Amino acid sequence: MLGKLNLMPSAPAKSEAPPQPTRSWYPVVGLGWLIPGGGYFLLKRPGRGALVLASVLCMFLLGLMMRGAMFQPQTGDILTTVIYVGGFIGDLASGLLYLLTIWLGYNQPDMAGHVHDYGTKFLVAAGLLNILGMVDAYEIAIGKKD
Amino acid sequence: MPKMNLTHFEAAVLFALFSSVVLGVITKRTDTERLRYGLRCFAYFVVALIGLGWLMHFGHG
Repeated sequence: MLGKLNLMPSAPAKSEAPPQPTRSWYPVVGLGWLIPGGGYFLLKRPGRGALVLASVLCMFLLGLMMRGAMFQPQTGDILTTVIYVGGFIGDLASGLLYLLTIWLGYNQPDMAGHVHDYGTKFLVAAGLLNILGMVDAYEIAIGKKD
Repeated sequence: MPKMNLTHFEAAVLFALFSSVVLGVITKRTDTERLRYGLRCFAYFVVALIGLGWLMHFGHG
């Protein structure tokens, strides 16, 4: 059997130039932390910014309305450190929402009950969602993503 | 700030909803793909929620 000969010239492959970085990523990530979705607004992607802002805001407000507790960083054994420092970072990642809440005197003690427990998780999850948005905006800013 | 009381199910569905929106926004290339991915994530969340709920129900005996 003869091998298949490729006599036809192949079509030139489309060369896609990688997206160029549009701006420095510092303000994008900084604004994205301070105002959830702010990085997208700076990158002129208001639809995505509005969705991230609405999601993080709703989750944070629901957490407050469920009287969730804010984490304070504590160290000790590994589990305590992971939970309390990780929880604090998650809370802090909500940016201005967290700072305003603390400045306005919100100080909910950690109480038993599933509603309070969900509230605490909602407050942390709002920050974690904001981190996802910040990472995405960072990747757009450095040209890794469109 | 009004206090809100939600059941486990309501809280978990709201959590799934907002998480799915963000997961949909940050992934994929086109808006249609993002919408589909967000809906699929939400469906997975709800299926896992109901499945784990039944698992705990039977686990308790």
